[in-house]
Amino acid sequence: MSERVELVMSSEEIQERLRRDRNRRRRKGILFHVTVIAFGFLMIYPLLWLAGSSLKGPQELFTNMGAIIPRSGIVIDNYIRGWRGFGGVTFTTFYRNSVIYAGIGTLAAVFTSAVISFGFARISFPLRGFWFTCMLMTLMLPVQIQIIPQYIFFSQLGMVNTFWPLLLPRFLGQAGQAFFIFMMVQFIRGIPLQLDEAAEIDGASKFSTFYRVVLPLIKPAMVTAGIFSFYWTWGDFLTPLIYLNAPRLYTVSVALRAFADPSGTTDWGAIYAMSFLSLVPVLVVFVISQKQIVEGISTTGLK
Amino acid sequence: MAESTGVASNTRVRIRPRTHVSIATRKKWLAGYAFISPWLIGFIGLTVIPILAVFYLGFTRYDIFTPPRWIGLENFQRMFFRDPRYWRSVNATLYFAFTSVPLRLVFALAIAMVLNTKHKALGLYRALYYTPSIVGTSVAVAVMWRQIFSGRGLLNWFLAQFGIQGVSWLGDPRTAIWTIIILVIWQFGSPMLIFLAGLKQIPTEMYESAAIDGARARHRFFRITLPMLSPVILFNLIMQIIFGLTVFTQAFIITGGSPLDTTNFYALYLYRRAFENFQMGYGSAMALVLLAVVALFTFVVFKSSAKWVFYETETGK
Repeated sequence: MSERVELVMSSEEIQERLRRDRNRRRRKGILFHVTVIAFGFLMIYPLLWLAGSSLKGPQELFTNMGAIIPRSGIVIDNYIRGWRGFGGVTFTTFYRNSVIYAGIGTLAAVFTSAVISFGFARISFPLRGFWFTCMLMTLMLPVQIQIIPQYIFFSQLGMVNTFWPLLLPRFLGQAGQAFFIFMMVQFIRGIPLQLDEAAEIDGASKFSTFYRVVLPLIKPAMVTAGIFSFYWTWGDFLTPLIYLNAPRLYTVSVALRAFADPSGTTDWGAIYAMSFLSLVPVLVVFVISQKQIVEGISTTGLK
Repeated sequence: MAESTGVASNTRVRIRPRTHVSIATRKKWLAGYAFISPWLIGFIGLTVIPILAVFYLGFTRYDIFTPPRWIGLENFQRMFFRDPRYWRSVNATLYFAFTSVPLRLVFALAIAMVLNTKHKALGLYRALYYTPSIVGTSVAVAVMWRQIFSGRGLLNWFLAQFGIQGVSWLGDPRTAIWTIIILVIWQFGSPMLIFLAGLKQIPTEMYESAAIDGARARHRFFRITLPMLSPVILFNLIMQIIFGLTVFTQAFIITGGSPLDTTNFYALYLYRRAFENFQMGYGSAMALVLLAVVALFTFVVFKSSAKWVFYETETGK
């Protein structure tokens, strides 16, 4: 690569050389951007295709299959037909169920994680290290280990076909919350201890120290936890599949599976429409909160 | 830990450390346990007891409606010697984990290295490449994937435009598993982000001095990038292998385990046995084997990591 440089160059030669270098760099830069964008487009093409197909008329679905933008105008009929759902239950019900699960589940997960992480981060008590290690080890545990006994437990309590088996673990720091607790503990450790001490000198109890001093300061970590919790609950399939067996209780993910059953409907327009619609909340949250997501994954390995 | 002073210690010795614990300290302990109590209750009730229960249920026949009946090792005998479907599911799962995990990590690292520049548009590109991961495990994407690879699907439509006769990707035992592997590789976003953060930690002076010493790009990659990233790679490897061994939703929706059980992954087969055939005992025995295998993988990776993971000495914590 390195050419031999003459020791003496005229100023024109230097200018010329600089210009050539700049051009080469610019060409390389353009090539980089074009390649990255082209490949990126390929990456999200399936999603764009899904969105586009949900707006196509019945003929175009098969004749103009690969296109993203419908040739013969936008058709919203797919969404109207799809929303009617199946078995007399519409997607209104499914969305309501998903909102219950994701909404309550997320609020519970975020708040209990904050409480638990304060305990681990700020109060020393016997066996703290041991419990903390136990908590981190649950991160490695596949859910398949617990689902059978948990199902037996919840069915003996008569909680099958209720939301309790889905929500209760989220009030009790389980179901992947070890990630959140770990993240918040790291976050709390970054807060100066003097703030706690000052509050305690003023006679604040541990709980009011947590509630008035620490909680307002860990909001960023809580937002990140909330975003991920929303993703996990909204997209969760296995838990609702096991515990919710009546269509009126289905969440969107379970309903979508039944709706798109190959032996049942073949209304592909409606299936695309409902599939894409179920992704919209996730994509919207992603666009709004990209920064927290990227930081959350990069710093703690959340998934 | 220190209070295990033994039986021989007399009362005075035993009381002494206790008197040191003031009421204030005890109150603090109580407060600590109060704060972690939601987790502790959940951990014992929903994790520890279930794991113990699995150890019992794995040796029983249990259909939920009648009480469990102890049958000793019969579940395991059936699983290992009389259930060809079990071995097909093990094969499929290992094949899946050992192809998709390395491919996914290689892909994630390659893209992370390409994107690891100080371009203004980096944030945008990162978002673009992460988008598939954010929706990747959803039912909607699985339904879409099934549609792309089905006989009259998008892929065959594209092939037809070029006059190529497509095959039945989901019906052919050789290709069905690859539709799911491709889906998983497509979602390389999380490891990519973790690699990107790791790459940012590598001091640029290292590359500069290596370049001055005449190190080629290949050497810089193998001698600097890979060793510096090794802790991150370790973390990714463990998490991804566990993920790979428990893949469920995609197979459940896209192929349903067919054709010829080539995609009947472990988690899917376990689910079928336990929740479709109500063989809770057999399912528990399968869960026990899974637990052992996951523990083994984690152990092996941790042990071998001493050989290939390079931890920076103290500086970066």
